[in-house]
Amino acid sequence: MVRRPKRERSGMKMLEIDGLDVWFGRDRDRVDAVKQATFDVASGESFGLVGESGSGKSTILRAITGLAPTWSGNIKVGGQRIERKRARAFYKQVQMVFQDPYASLHPRHSVDAVLGETLHLHGFRDIDARVVRLLDDVGLGQKFRFRYPHQLSGGQRQRVAIARALAPEPELLLLDEPTSALDVSVQAEILNLLADLRQEHGLTYLMVSHDLSVVGHMCDRLAVMKDGEIVEIMDVADLRAMKATHPYSQHLLQASV
Amino acid sequence: MAEQTLREWLLTDTPTSRRHAKVSAFYQGWLSFRANTMAMIGLGILLALVLIAAAAPFLAPHDPFAQDLGNRLAPLGAEGHIFGTDSLGRDILSRLIYGARITLYIVALVALIAPVVGLLMGTVSGYVGGWVDIVLMRITDIFLAFPRLVLALAFVAALGAGIENAVIAISLTAWPPYARIARAETLTIRSSDYISAIQLQGAGGLRIITKHIWPLCISSLIVRVTLDMAGIILAAAGLGFLGLGAQPPSPEWGAMISEGRRFILDHWWVATMPGLAIFTVSLAFNLLGDGLRDVLDPKAGE
Repeated sequence: MVRRPKRERSGMKMLEIDGLDVWFGRDRDRVDAVKQATFDVASGESFGLVGESGSGKSTILRAITGLAPTWSGNIKVGGQRIERKRARAFYKQVQMVFQDPYASLHPRHSVDAVLGETLHLHGFRDIDARVVRLLDDVGLGQKFRFRYPHQLSGGQRQRVAIARALAPEPELLLLDEPTSALDVSVQAEILNLLADLRQEHGLTYLMVSHDLSVVGHMCDRLAVMKDGEIVEIMDVADLRAMKATHPYSQHLLQASV
Repeated sequence: MAEQTLREWLLTDTPTSRRHAKVSAFYQGWLSFRANTMAMIGLGILLALVLIAAAAPFLAPHDPFAQDLGNRLAPLGAEGHIFGTDSLGRDILSRLIYGARITLYIVALVALIAPVVGLLMGTVSGYVGGWVDIVLMRITDIFLAFPRLVLALAFVAALGAGIENAVIAISLTAWPPYARIARAETLTIRSSDYISAIQLQGAGGLRIITKHIWPLCISSLIVRVTLDMAGIILAAAGLGFLGLGAQPPSPEWGAMISEGRRFILDHWWVATMPGLAIFTVSLAFNLLGDGLRDVLDPKAGE
């Protein structure tokens, strides 16, 4: 039972997902991680995906980026249908921030190397100037530029990961629980940074979280997932007013109060 | 800016340039390596070996090939021959000093061939997966299934005796374990987020393997290679002992033991001195390997 909000957002759709199935394994070992997911995200919108662990939220992000190769259905980014083999232009449009900043940075690469290589791969020439600007953008000073990940705190690492995702100047940023590995005071900093960056760069967010208060703070609309299915899509205003229709989302709301 | 000592510059938390960051990381590794006394002893012995090999013509008291049949099998401490002479009256000390060159030559060649082949096979097989993985790993299995020295013997027998062929034979039998290690490491690295992240930047397989996977595999391979060096020296000596490695009159240590075997009861030093040399160098490599593991292994480090 999927309830689609009637209200149409202004502007074009940044992301349209229609009948997305994602599975792992084959034949008898096959696990269906996502079943018939359908939703869309307007340009400039911030959309949340919530649900308990194992409900398939992160898998949707991995299917969009191509990290989960076995999927079927329709994914459109900026009106363009995504092919199985993604073109380089796709990665300039869509970027992802991973959940665990301790695992998402190469332990032997300095901040400078991480950002420099990303910029190089996207064909930028003025790499030095851009690295400086990116570090300023995410609130890290120049003194962090030549540090290695083990010389950074969790929050600083996540800032580097965000800078890396911003490097190709994407339009759509996929956020996979970007704060769940951080402690509470740092969480707020990172969330505020993300909110500021969205304003400055006019980004569209698709954010996965199991924390309803984070989604309530960051997003305009959200989808509630359970066992690989989207059970309800609602406005954050409804979330705040505790007006969920599906019993599972009501249960989630109750639990988070 | 305040006056800064070299030490502070090296240990800074805020490097100011790419080179500074590299030098600083290297210096910190050196500091933790230096704290390991046994590893420093190993490093000292190996440095001494390199120096001895380089300065052999100046250090050796005699020509290692000069025979003096009138003075054959002279005992330890004989006049002019501290380590005595062998069955042809050649000075054992001089032969040991020149033999260091051969040992280093073998070690360097094997260290250049085996880990590189193993790293290539292992990382490609681990990263690409699928049938490439199956084919490469079955080849590795075939090489692993042979007893090492026997396979080396077969190769040398087929290619002909000599140091180069011995090195090729040893390398051919030494790479499969490296391939296995590299593949196992690659499999864990491949599924990590930082590899996903670079894939999302559109990086190709070649770049990911060489720039992202190799740097993480190399440290454990270096450790493994230094620990295996002892075995490689012994294998080379073993081939020399069997007459399939270095050929007479070359002063290879294993071949020297082999020659001394005939007199081992009456003239023990002829075989013992090169044996002690092999023992010392093997031990030094083991100690160095242990120390390097503490410094380089990222899992033990954090």
